[in-house]
Amino acid sequence: MINQKYFFKGLLSAKGMNSPAVALGASFIAIGALLKNLGFSIQESIFSTFLTYALPGSLVMAESMLIGASLVNIFLGVWLVNSRLYPMTVSLMPLLIHKSQPRWKYYLSCHFIAVSSWLIMKSNYEKIEKEYRIDFWIGIGTATWLIGIFSTVVGYVSADYLNKDMMMGLAIVNPIYFMCAMIGVMKTIQLTSAIIFGALLGPAFYFISPEWCILYGGVVAGTIAFFIGEKNGN
Amino acid sequence: MATNILLAILVTSIATYSSRFLGVLTSERINENSKIYRWFNCLAYSTLAALISRMIIFPAGILAESDYFIRLIVIVLSILIFYVTKKNLVYPTVFSAIILFFINGYFA
Repeated sequence: MINQKYFFKGLLSAKGMNSPAVALGASFIAIGALLKNLGFSIQESIFSTFLTYALPGSLVMAESMLIGASLVNIFLGVWLVNSRLYPMTVSLMPLLIHKSQPRWKYYLSCHFIAVSSWLIMKSNYEKIEKEYRIDFWIGIGTATWLIGIFSTVVGYVSADYLNKDMMMGLAIVNPIYFMCAMIGVMKTIQLTSAIIFGALLGPAFYFISPEWCILYGGVVAGTIAFFIGEKNGN
Repeated sequence: MATNILLAILVTSIATYSSRFLGVLTSERINENSKIYRWFNCLAYSTLAALISRMIIFPAGILAESDYFIRLIVIVLSILIFYVTKKNLVYPTVFSAIILFFINGYFA
């Protein structure tokens, strides 16, 4: 069903010198502590990371609950911040789809799409034969997902020992990791301009709409970058 | 707590999974060598970059309580460490937390 050789290869790619484990761990520790302070039980906290596994979404949920937002508002807030997963999926799955593989694998494993796992897959897929990429991907996803769940537990348990400065330190880790990873992938004109324009336009649109700024900024920046890239041979 | 926790978790996960699910549905019709694929690739990177820079410039939650200037120092130092360590991702990440922890404890 799942090719074990490639599955374990993917699983093990979560360790190593460029491992996302540290950033992933730190941010889910912060989430675990946050959920405990919100009044979640440990089962509910585990369940939350288990089912959602997308950090900004969980943050939005936590903050919305803090101000007593309705379920509809939580849905909209989460959907808006996690809609970036749509273009991320469309730019990943075509690389993994192979006719010999069953479709359920794709619909199930898309749950693992989050920034860290996505970045690992994007920088490694070329080394794996197309037929087995999905098994490699399931390995990466399982590893990063388990790190997330485990760290949520650690955060929950240690919430009482974390002071404000430590929580702040944990919160900066994730954006810094992603920022450096983004600088690392700026190799073609197209991607470089997508990243630079995105980083500029996202916050710029914040002044127009704080909720929609990621979506607006992302679509405008990505489209500009696409045309710049096509004109200059990618 | 006004909202039911379990329902909030379910609503959050459905809102999250829907984008992933629609992504796979779309992917079934897209060839990796097509122009539309390259456009989506640009969108993915630019929305991510937009999200990350928003998280740093207009942070939510606890990070919002740190000073703009302190965050700027942390960012510059992290990028520096990233280049000095030949683009290693772990060092800048670990150091960013330590730098922020100390600067904040010192000045706050």
